[in-house]
Amino acid sequence: MIEKRIFAVVIAVLVLATSASYAQESKEITAFTAASLTGAFTEIGQMYKNETNISVVFNFDGSQVLRTQIENGAYADIFVSANTKQMNLMKNEGFMNNSSITVFTRTKPVIIVPKDNPAKIQSISDLAKPGLKIVIGTKDVPIGDYTLQILAKLANDSAFGPGFTKKVMANVVSNETNVNYITSKVALGEADAGFAYKSDVTKDLASKITKIEIPDKYNVIAEYPMGILKQSKYPAQAQEFINLVKSDKGMAVLEKYGFEPVISPAVSVKAASNATAPKATA
Amino acid sequence: MALNQVELGHTNELPGQDREAIVIPSRTKEMALKAGLGLTLILAMTFIALPVVSLFVKSPLDATLRSLYDPVVMDALKLSLMTSTLTTLTVVLMGTPIAYVNARFHYFGRDIADSLIDLPVIMPPAVAGIALLMAFGRMGILGHYLNAFGFGIAFTTLAVIIAQVFVSSPFYIRQAKTSFEDVDTAFEDAARTLGASRVYTFFHVILPIASNGLISGAIMAFARSLGEFGATIMFAGNFQGRTQTMPLAIYTAMQGDLNVSLCLAIILVIISFVVIALVKMLTRRVYKNVRD
Repeated sequence: MIEKRIFAVVIAVLVLATSASYAQESKEITAFTAASLTGAFTEIGQMYKNETNISVVFNFDGSQVLRTQIENGAYADIFVSANTKQMNLMKNEGFMNNSSITVFTRTKPVIIVPKDNPAKIQSISDLAKPGLKIVIGTKDVPIGDYTLQILAKLANDSAFGPGFTKKVMANVVSNETNVNYITSKVALGEADAGFAYKSDVTKDLASKITKIEIPDKYNVIAEYPMGILKQSKYPAQAQEFINLVKSDKGMAVLEKYGFEPVISPAVSVKAASNATAPKATA
Repeated sequence: MALNQVELGHTNELPGQDREAIVIPSRTKEMALKAGLGLTLILAMTFIALPVVSLFVKSPLDATLRSLYDPVVMDALKLSLMTSTLTTLTVVLMGTPIAYVNARFHYFGRDIADSLIDLPVIMPPAVAGIALLMAFGRMGILGHYLNAFGFGIAFTTLAVIIAQVFVSSPFYIRQAKTSFEDVDTAFEDAARTLGASRVYTFFHVILPIASNGLISGAIMAFARSLGEFGATIMFAGNFQGRTQTMPLAIYTAMQGDLNVSLCLAIILVIISFVVIALVKMLTRRVYKNVRD
């Protein structure tokens, strides 16, 4: 009998707790966000909540996965893509409020290797050493798309050539569906090298991963667009969130995570002084 | 409807009513029960059949047939069938003795062993994937030593099989154990008194009687391997022809072209269905032969 009563009380508490939490989060905006922004956007989302008391619910995954989900009826207020390709597909299919789309940040792909660097990779030319284990993204996920572009540039360069790219591709052991799987496999030491964004090597990962920069002439610039979906129930709040991302405060967070600011002139001066990418002001 | 009828039956059964009044409602009650069960059955069937039927309705047949010539599809199909078959063989060879021992003998820690065998069933596949990496990965507890001898497991077809064995073995061992428990020890004793050795008794008496259960356990393990996704993508990675099994190919294709992934899904459904139906037919025949 007592057990039964305890059981009933537990159920009642659970029901109350869930309904209470639902009531509390009645107003929230949903942002489908590229996996590479996980750290930065979680922080900006918290900022937004502190300012407006509205929470932002994130769904972090490969941009192409997010696009497929939205195409198949998933609800989102904001779509944040790691490349313009996925955003343009959404735009052409009529999902986006076109005037709201804005490129807000940039980053660059880098080569990442485990801290102890078992394969002793020092530069991009080492990637052709036979027997390496390299992980890259699938051709659909933005980081994979960028990686293939970089490899194509290397194939066209006389210093490397098509043979080099072939050797690198022969070392690829896995095509991951989002960039976080690439960084985690390298951080775990399962792979000898991978291609990820510069901004992916966060503070937590810096103790496990070393970045190797790719020379600018072979590299590509990853542009991140974000925009509001037509289906959004809270377009005004969504716009406020976008404004926050583009504000000095938002840009400071992005910069902390290794992204290069695009919009705010005050911050882009700083970025230019870093002199890593002359294209940052373009 | 059905619910209402059942409740009505209940109210008629209130104490203080005469016997005849109780007999008639009990018949209505039985009918209501039958109607309720029938309705539940139809609902359950629809619930399972609708998504499967939708797969077929939503995908263009010609594209599905054409996609069979796509190397991605062929590679994934071959790899899936190959790994699932090897997994099932491994599970049967390793699992049968374990199941027999646990069904027939009492030893210290048997309950713990039993629970351990079942553990992968309740483990989320992602957890299984991480656990396998921590054990057999390059930096893993065992993998660390294997790697020193130049033997890496992660990202290989072997990793796919290990992941499948890990998640599917409980399905076979559980079923096999129950099947062995159901074999009447009288048959065993009779064979032994007639002078048959323990090994002879096992292969000629116990195994044939338990075979039906063993085969259905093996089908379950095969089906679970065929569908394995989470542990594989974490532990073995995703590479066409080497570690990209059907579920991984379906997931990868869905990100580019939903149609390709629909086609792949249909092929997987048909193959799973054919394999299961074939094995069931085969079992019935073997079982019949044994009984005759």
